[in-house]
Amino acid sequence: MIRLLLLAPYIGLLWVPFYNFEEPKLFGFPFFYWYQLAWVPLTSLITYVVYRSVRHDG
Amino acid sequence: MTANIDMSALAVFIFFFVLVTAMGFFASRWRRAESLDHLDEWGLGGRKFGTWVTWFLVGGDFYTAYTVIAVPALVYAIGAYGFFALPYTIIVYPLVFAVMPLLWKAAKERGYVTAGDVVRGTYGSRALELAVASTGVIATMPYIALQLIGMEVAIKALGLTGEMPIILAFLVLALYTYSSGLRAPALIAFVKDIMIYIVVLAAIIVVPSKLGGYSAVFSAADAAFEAKGKGGILLDPSQLVPYVTLALGSALAAFMYPHTLTGIFASSGANTIRKNAVLLPAYTLLLGLLALLGYMGHAAGLQLQSNNDVVPTLFKTLFPGWFAGFAFSAIAIGALVPAAVMSIGAANLFTRNFWKVWVNPEVTPAGEAQVAKITSMLVKVGALLAILMLPTQFALDLQLLGGLWILQTLPALVFGLYTGWFRAPALLAGWAAGFTGGSALVWSDGLKPLHALAFDGITVSVYTGLLALALNVVVAVVVNLVVPAKETADDRLAVAEAE
Repeated sequence: MIRLLLLAPYIGLLWVPFYNFEEPKLFGFPFFYWYQLAWVPLTSLITYVVYRSVRHDG
Repeated sequence: MTANIDMSALAVFIFFFVLVTAMGFFASRWRRAESLDHLDEWGLGGRKFGTWVTWFLVGGDFYTAYTVIAVPALVYAIGAYGFFALPYTIIVYPLVFAVMPLLWKAAKERGYVTAGDVVRGTYGSRALELAVASTGVIATMPYIALQLIGMEVAIKALGLTGEMPIILAFLVLALYTYSSGLRAPALIAFVKDIMIYIVVLAAIIVVPSKLGGYSAVFSAADAAFEAKGKGGILLDPSQLVPYVTLALGSALAAFMYPHTLTGIFASSGANTIRKNAVLLPAYTLLLGLLALLGYMGHAAGLQLQSNNDVVPTLFKTLFPGWFAGFAFSAIAIGALVPAAVMSIGAANLFTRNFWKVWVNPEVTPAGEAQVAKITSMLVKVGALLAILMLPTQFALDLQLLGGLWILQTLPALVFGLYTGWFRAPALLAGWAAGFTGGSALVWSDGLKPLHALAFDGITVSVYTGLLALALNVVVAVVVNLVVPAKETADDRLAVAEAE
């Protein structure tokens, strides 16, 4: 079931109305940019959590 | 751009080029195998690349030199829309995590080297094997040509003119790939990737500080798009569907290419791949920041002849000569790694799924390695001739179609990992429908990747590759339902091979 977490980046990134705006800005980056960049470490983290949960078969 | 040669830049460039050339030839001794006269050794580096080697190799091979030039160029030209590469290279990794370890295991257990091998082993169909393998080869050829374009831009930025430098660089590449196989790009990837990381980090720290910070960079870009009346730093409502369908379609296609699959098959285990799915997004962060160089081009007020010049001109304008030389070396070397892996992937396909099947079934492992080595040379020479003799646009158009084509191999390659329901004739019919239908749509849309669909008076543009994939899957399902399951010659072949 924890594998379903892998779908989160698809939902977060493929529904553009979630993030197609300028405010709030972060370090001068409009929301559109920092939101998508933030998904990079977030996706890594999610994948790592799932990785920890799978049987390690070589 | 001036044609003056900056000697310090040129010296840095020559130093790094000589360094990677030496590494390329030395690579044949690296993790030395008993003999390179076997395709598992020459073409897959012995299937024992661990987590870090795989990380550098796949990173160096997936985020190509052309990406470094073209993504900022697209962002410079049209803004937010060019960022689809960012969601694309994020959502690709959960997919890699879920699918590729299964594919690796099948490949390791049964000695598969290529996508064609996987399909033949799963479905026992020579026809489907040939379809998948030839799709891989023709989708890769223009991709290699694009790496040459990336390299050309970097060499031109150094002030070197004429075709000799690029011919020379490519011949040297062809020679050490011939002698060292996949070990050469794997070793060079360390140098290339570290150089690219340094270049991008320097750019994203130094450039905004010279241009008044990121707020100023974004406002300058916004103002430039406003003045041009085209593009913007946010997506136009009409761009939403193209943005996500391009991201999704590209993500689905990315690891179907021979060069990315070669990186996967060459890794030492399923866990190596899983760990890489966690670690490879580091390159995506780099790509996202690199894309911003397009906006920095506006903030710096660059005057460009071509959008592709935005990265080189930015470095020439804002950095000392030696560092610009370092950046151009990184881009040029960045072209060598993917070009080598692509030619190896294409050579493996030709050898295993064409030569061995149709020309010489009795070929020995050493003979296979020999055929692949020669093919890798011919593939590179072909790409070089294509770039020197045909218009650049030709390679770009073919590359666009190549993405659509390679996507049509997904059902044949991946579905079998999860279900035994599909049979070869159905998958072949699906592939043929997607391939021809998709190509026809792209052609009728004037070689644009988007196709406009009208629902109830609302028009939406969708990435044509995804439409073709949908057609592919529908046709495969229908044919599988309609054509009765019977024991075919292909099935008997599969059974015979399994035994």
